[in-house]
Amino acid sequence: MDAIILQLLNGLDKGSAYALIALGLTLIFGTLGVVNFAHGAMFMIGAFCAVTMQKILGISTITLDPEKLDFLGKPLQIKTPIVESLFGKGIGDSIINWSVPLSILLAIPVMLVLGYIMERGLIKHFYKRPHADQILVTFGLAIVLQEVVKYFYGANPIPTAAPDMFRGSIDFGVLIGFAENAIIYPAWRLVYFLFSMAIVGAVFAFLRFTTFGMVVRAGMADRETVGLLGINIDKRFTIMFGIAAAVAGLAGVMYAPINSPNYHMGMDFLVLSFVVVVVGGMGSLPGAVLAGFLLGILESFASMNEVKSVIPGIDQIIIYLVAIIILLTRPRGLMGRKGVMEE
Amino acid sequence: MLGLSKKDTTFLLIVIFLTLATPILLQPFPEGSAMAQFNAGYPDLMQRFAIYGIFAIGFNILFGLTGYLSFGHAAFLGVGSYSVVWMYKLLSYNVLPGLVLAVITSALFALFIGYISLRRSGIYFSILTLAFAQMSFNLAYSVLTPLTNGETGLQVYTDDPQILMDAASPNSPHFFGILMIESTKVNIGGWQFTFNNGYYFCAIIAIIVFYLSLRIFRSPFGTMLRAIKTNQTRMNYTGLNPRPYTLAAFVISGMYAGLAGGLLASMDPLAGAERMQWTASGEVVLMTILGGAGTLMGPVLGAGFIKYFENIFSKINDNILHSWFSALPDGVEDAIVFMVHPFIGKGWSLTLGLLFMMVVIFLPGGLIEGGTRIWNAITGKNRKSNKPGKDGKHHPKPTAHVN
Repeated sequence: MDAIILQLLNGLDKGSAYALIALGLTLIFGTLGVVNFAHGAMFMIGAFCAVTMQKILGISTITLDPEKLDFLGKPLQIKTPIVESLFGKGIGDSIINWSVPLSILLAIPVMLVLGYIMERGLIKHFYKRPHADQILVTFGLAIVLQEVVKYFYGANPIPTAAPDMFRGSIDFGVLIGFAENAIIYPAWRLVYFLFSMAIVGAVFAFLRFTTFGMVVRAGMADRETVGLLGINIDKRFTIMFGIAAAVAGLAGVMYAPINSPNYHMGMDFLVLSFVVVVVGGMGSLPGAVLAGFLLGILESFASMNEVKSVIPGIDQIIIYLVAIIILLTRPRGLMGRKGVMEE
Repeated sequence: MLGLSKKDTTFLLIVIFLTLATPILLQPFPEGSAMAQFNAGYPDLMQRFAIYGIFAIGFNILFGLTGYLSFGHAAFLGVGSYSVVWMYKLLSYNVLPGLVLAVITSALFALFIGYISLRRSGIYFSILTLAFAQMSFNLAYSVLTPLTNGETGLQVYTDDPQILMDAASPNSPHFFGILMIESTKVNIGGWQFTFNNGYYFCAIIAIIVFYLSLRIFRSPFGTMLRAIKTNQTRMNYTGLNPRPYTLAAFVISGMYAGLAGGLLASMDPLAGAERMQWTASGEVVLMTILGGAGTLMGPVLGAGFIKYFENIFSKINDNILHSWFSALPDGVEDAIVFMVHPFIGKGWSLTLGLLFMMVVIFLPGGLIEGGTRIWNAITGKNRKSNKPGKDGKHHPKPTAHVN
C-alpha cells in the first residue's frame, strides 16, 4: 500500500508539469486555434527566468580585506551581494535563499510580454494558414528561442537551488498514518504539486468568474458572433496567449530546482505535452489537466520494479502506448468537445 | 525514354549529369585558396547529400503528395541502419544483403505503423507517428539492447560469426569487392577532385530512386495521392477509399527512409539509437519544407542545403571572419564580426531556425518557389500569366442566394 502511495506521489510532480504545459497549449488552441510547437520553449524560458534571478541576486560588490590573505598571498576578497548591502545581512540572505519563488515576479511580466509579442508579431499571420504551417513556423521559433538561450547561458544544465526550508524530504507517511520512513518524499516536489494546483485553480476561476473570462469562453464557443456583438475578441485572445505563455513560464520557474534547466528541456517536455493534450482532447481544459496527471501517474507506476519485471521496458513506452490506444478508441480524446478537430 | 515525357527525360538527364559530376561541381575553388573551405567535394559530405536526398525524396512522396505530416520517419532510418549492421555481423561486409533486408524490414515496419496511424489524419496522425517513433527510440535504448546494443550503438566485433567472410574478404563495407572508403584523387592545376566509391554507390541508388519517384509523381497513383491532399471528402463521395493509397504512400516512403538508413550504415558501419530520435524526424521535415514540399527537386535541394551549411557554416570561426573583413577599418571590422558571431560556428542551428521560419512565412513553396519567383521576375513572365486569374474573369458570376 505504501509503495502505491509513493508512486502516486512520484507521478504527481511530473504530472503537474505536464498538466500546466498542456493547459497552456489547450488555452492557445482553444482560443486561437493555433497548434503551438514553441510552447515547450516558453517552459524553458520560464526555468531560465529562475536562473537569471539567481544570477541577478548573486551580483556582488568585491571589497578587499588587507589584514587577511588568501592562499595565493593576496589580500582576501570579500564578496558582498548587493541585496545584502541594501537590506542588511538577514533579509538579504533570505532574499537570495528564496530566489526561485521570487523569480515568479520576474517570470510573469517577462512571459506575458513575450507571449504578446509572439502573438502580434508572428502567430497572427498564421490563423488562415493550414495547421501544418502553424506547426512548422512555431517549430522554427522553438529552435530559435532555444539557440538564443544556449548562446547566453551555454549548453550545460545550471543548478538552481530551492529555498533551504524545502531542500530536504518530508516523511509523508506519518501524516496519513503509516509507519515512519515508509513514504519519504522530497519537500519541493510537494510544493510544486500544490503550486500547480493553485495555478490550475486560478486559471479556471479566471475563466469562470470574471467578465473577461466569460467573454473569452464565449469567443471559444463562437468567435464570429462575439465579434458581431461589438467585442474586440482578437485583443482578448492575444491576452490569453500571454496568459498561456505565463502559465508555461511559471511551470518552468518552479521546475528549475527539480531538474537543472538546460536549453533543450522545453523540447523534451513539449513532445510529451502534445501527447497529453491529444489524450485529454484538443480544446478541452479539464481534459488537459486530467490527462496530464493521469499520464504522469501512469508513468511512475510503470517504472515500479514489480511492473517492469512483468512487462520489460513498459516504463519507457507507457505514455505513447496509452496515447495510441486512446486515439484509436476515442477519436476526441478523453474529454474533447464534439466538432473540435475530429479529423 | 523509360516511359517519361520528353520534358521529364531532359530533366532526368540533367539530374543524372549533376549527380555524377558532383565531385567536380562542388569543388569550385582551388586547393589552398582562401575560399577552399567552401568546397564541399569531400566524400563524407557528398555521401550525406545523396543519402539525405534519398530520405527527403521518400518523405516527400508522403508529405508532398498526400499532405500527411509524419513526425516519425526517423524510426525507419534507424531500422534500416540496424538491419545493415546485423547483416555485417552475421554474413559479411558486403552491403547488398543488408540493404535488401533494410528495405524489407522498414517496409514491414511502415506497414504496421501506417496501418494504425492512418486511421487518423491531421495533427492526430502526426502525434501517432511521433508516438511510434519515440517508442522505438526508447525501446532501442532500453530493453532491446541485445538487438541494438543500447547507448554504445551497434557495431561489428571480432567474435561475430560473419559466416561468409574468408581470408580474402575486405574488412570494411564493400559492394562485391568495391570498397566504399576507397577514392581516386585527381589533381588538375590547383584543383583536387576526389572520386569516392561510396559516393558513387549512393549516387547511383539516388538516381534510381529519384527516377522511381518521378514515375510515381506522373502516374495515376500519384494523381490519386494529390487528390487526397486536395480534398479527401470529395474523394470519398466519388466512391474511392483513400486508405489503401495513403498506406501505399506511407510504406513507399518508409522504404526510402529504410534505404537511406541502410546506406548510412554502408558508409560507416555503425548504427545508434539517436538516429531514431524525433529530432531526426524533424530534420527531414525541415529539409523537405525548406526545399519545397510536393516538388520533385525541392527535397533534394533542401537536404543538400542543410547538410552543406551545417558542415561549412559550423566550421567558420572568428579568425576567419576577421580575415575576410580585414580590409575594413578596425572598429567596423570588430563590429561586423561581433554581429555575425552568434550565427556561425556552434550558432549554426540559430541560423537554420531563422532561415526555416523565413521560408515558412514568406515562401511556403520553399527554395524552389523562390527560384521560380526570381526567374519569373527576370524574364517578366509572371506579370502576364498571373493577372487574369485574379480579375475574376474565370470565376462564375456571383448570383443571389435565393434563386
